[in-house]
Amino acid sequence: MDALLLARLQFAIVTVYHFFFVPLTLGLSVLVAIMETAYVRTGNEMYKRMTKFFGTLFLINFAIGVATGIVQEFQFGMNWSEYSRFVGDIFGVPLAIEALLAFFMESVFLGIWVFGWEKLSKKAHLAAIWLVALGSNLSAFWILVANSWMQEPVGFHLQNGRAEMTDFLAVATNTHLLHQFPHVIFSAMATAGITVVAVSAWHLLRKKTDHELFTQSFKMGLIYAFIGALLVGTSGHTQAQHMVEAQPMKMAAAEALWDTEQPAALSLFTIGDLAQTKDVFSIRMPTLLSFLSCNNFTCEVEGINNLQAQYEQQYGPGDYVPPVFISYWTFRLMVGIGSLMIALLLYSLYLVWRKKPLPSHSKFLLIMVWAFALPYLANSFGWIFTEVGRQPWIVFGLMKTEQGVSNTVPAGTVLLSLISYTLLYAALMVADAYLLVKYARKDPEPAADAEAPALSSPSITGVEGV
Amino acid sequence: MDLNTIWFILIAVLFSGFFLLEGFDYGVGILLPFLGKKDEDRRMIINTIGPFWDGNEVWMLTAGGAMFAAFPEWYATLFSGFYIALLLMLLALITRAVAFEFRSKDDNPKWRKFWDWMIFIGSLVPALLWGVAVGNLLRGVPIDADMNFVGSFFGLLNPFALLAGLAFVAVFTLHGLTFLLLKVGDPVLERAKNITTKVWLAAVVLLVLFVVYGYFATDIFTKALGPNPGSVALIAALAILVAGWLLREGRYGWAFAMTAVTVIFTTLTAFIGLFPLVMPSSLNPEWSLTIYNASSSPYTLKVMTIVAVMFVPLVLIYQGWSYWKFRERITQETHLEY
Repeated sequence: MDALLLARLQFAIVTVYHFFFVPLTLGLSVLVAIMETAYVRTGNEMYKRMTKFFGTLFLINFAIGVATGIVQEFQFGMNWSEYSRFVGDIFGVPLAIEALLAFFMESVFLGIWVFGWEKLSKKAHLAAIWLVALGSNLSAFWILVANSWMQEPVGFHLQNGRAEMTDFLAVATNTHLLHQFPHVIFSAMATAGITVVAVSAWHLLRKKTDHELFTQSFKMGLIYAFIGALLVGTSGHTQAQHMVEAQPMKMAAAEALWDTEQPAALSLFTIGDLAQTKDVFSIRMPTLLSFLSCNNFTCEVEGINNLQAQYEQQYGPGDYVPPVFISYWTFRLMVGIGSLMIALLLYSLYLVWRKKPLPSHSKFLLIMVWAFALPYLANSFGWIFTEVGRQPWIVFGLMKTEQGVSNTVPAGTVLLSLISYTLLYAALMVADAYLLVKYARKDPEPAADAEAPALSSPSITGVEGV
Repeated sequence: MDLNTIWFILIAVLFSGFFLLEGFDYGVGILLPFLGKKDEDRRMIINTIGPFWDGNEVWMLTAGGAMFAAFPEWYATLFSGFYIALLLMLLALITRAVAFEFRSKDDNPKWRKFWDWMIFIGSLVPALLWGVAVGNLLRGVPIDADMNFVGSFFGLLNPFALLAGLAFVAVFTLHGLTFLLLKVGDPVLERAKNITTKVWLAAVVLLVLFVVYGYFATDIFTKALGPNPGSVALIAALAILVAGWLLREGRYGWAFAMTAVTVIFTTLTAFIGLFPLVMPSSLNPEWSLTIYNASSSPYTLKVMTIVAVMFVPLVLIYQGWSYWKFRERITQETHLEY
């Protein structure tokens, strides 16, 4: 294997792995802040225990997100130095701002939050977790500024053999970003909400547990996840419509739409012949893709073959088709899993709305326990789709991926680092899963510092000794 | 002063801040197995940097990001050139970050022992490798006419760079030790007091060797600084000597201030020695990366300057506040989070 392929594989592995943990950090920071807000406003100790319980899960998850994030910043220079030279004038800016504005805020205030329960007033302590949440989500914004520029370069001109920034505001308000950032933030809400729901459901399935606390956290997670999941869908839809305009090839690949159609049919299931660029077997809903793309049933949607011909004229000879198989299936899996999430959340809402006691629906709760995996899968498929669908470009229309790789790093070196990261990440995944499961199954710590004698409180008489 | 110079100074400041802050928490990590006999001792040691280490590490990320934004060619050449060294550093830093969070979340002594070793290795390796990196930057590395690093990993492990690495480890260990003298209670404090002379002596000896060797191996002292190395280098030297005296007197607050001055002024000395180069080429001086040929466009530098002026003071305020809030000594009575 050559250095290019290895570097790409490495980017895929470390990025998907990193983003396994990040959405939970983004979403759960806000949700834990909401829990603590409930505690500060009501003075109800249950919310404090809830905050600490989910806060611990947050911290275990946060550690890996932070640790693997360092690789993200370094690997552009290490594996993609030609890319870094070409885009540094623009791309380095959001990365530096991310560190200065966001990383400092989230890490300093997280330290204050973890170590400050006894040292700070209730309100100051609450402010700390809100600043962690703000910092985390700001960091998502700035890294997406960087990624959006790769998808849709704006605010630059080509000079001195590189892309130079001419308009910082244009870069920071890239249309692609305005679609992508909400999509990521809402998916993080869904991820964190469903994780809280799943953990709560597991506890509600047990006889001896704090039913009051976990019923409440189930509800909070549920509402949060539902809002998130629903808005992921709508923001994804507008994002896709923008993609039809800005990156039509990505959309065509996502739909395995070989030839331009007017109106275009939506593929439900396609087995394609990739070499011949045509369908072998396909179920398609007539005119629906047109409707999804531009809100009417008659518009034209460009196909892969037509776009290929157009790009050859524009950029010279070459293959401008991204891997269709991966694009098509990751897109479907992302949308399909997202829809399943919405359905499960709707049914949960129905149960809560009808005021059914949750523990009596043990089968459904068990489903919700396992549903924790869904957002992680959808997040991963989403990123694989948007990065693979941009190929062969590293910066759309400006630089091809093969031109961006470090030309002085031998393949063996990249292989060495690929193996090292993979092994280390796998080991950390095991340790992390072990701790997360261990703490997710633990009983929340009793309200030891509450004025009321803890064990006489009816809500926690069932708590096993901690 | 032009924007390129301002950004060179800002990056020097970021690295000074990084070595100042992360320097002592690397030192604390390095001292962990030597000062922590029992699990409780080790928990006390780790908790002295508990609220801080993550924020300290962001100084490195910010320095890296600033380098990317302001001097992309420097970032690209350095990171692709020092590939394996950085890989080792990343593996160490990843494990270290996770270790802090994970080690006390399980009671199994084997689990805790394992992560304690990871904290030690994860602190030692980056301290050493940053020294190696700085040593090589001062000495110059093989860079061709197209700004590509054409050396090898083993070429980076030359005696001068390795000595720089050891000097970094020793100075950070001393810096970490003075931090612990301020922040930890008995029985760790007693042990820390007992090793101050040894650690101080090791740091001084290695620093002196590094400077002497530097006169022969590099031109930063002879060319850039001259026989009189200038007040910045002299302050660094003086500070570490005064630190030794303060440690004997038991005035740990001032001793910590002096090791801090040593770290900052040593870093600044290195940057002054480099200026206006950022990465000297050992093949041909013409091929060196400078603050001009490695930099971003004036527009980008201007944008970044505005961002830095707005947000660096803010960061200093709230990070400083967190140090103030957690200034208490960690004793056996303290409730330990980690």
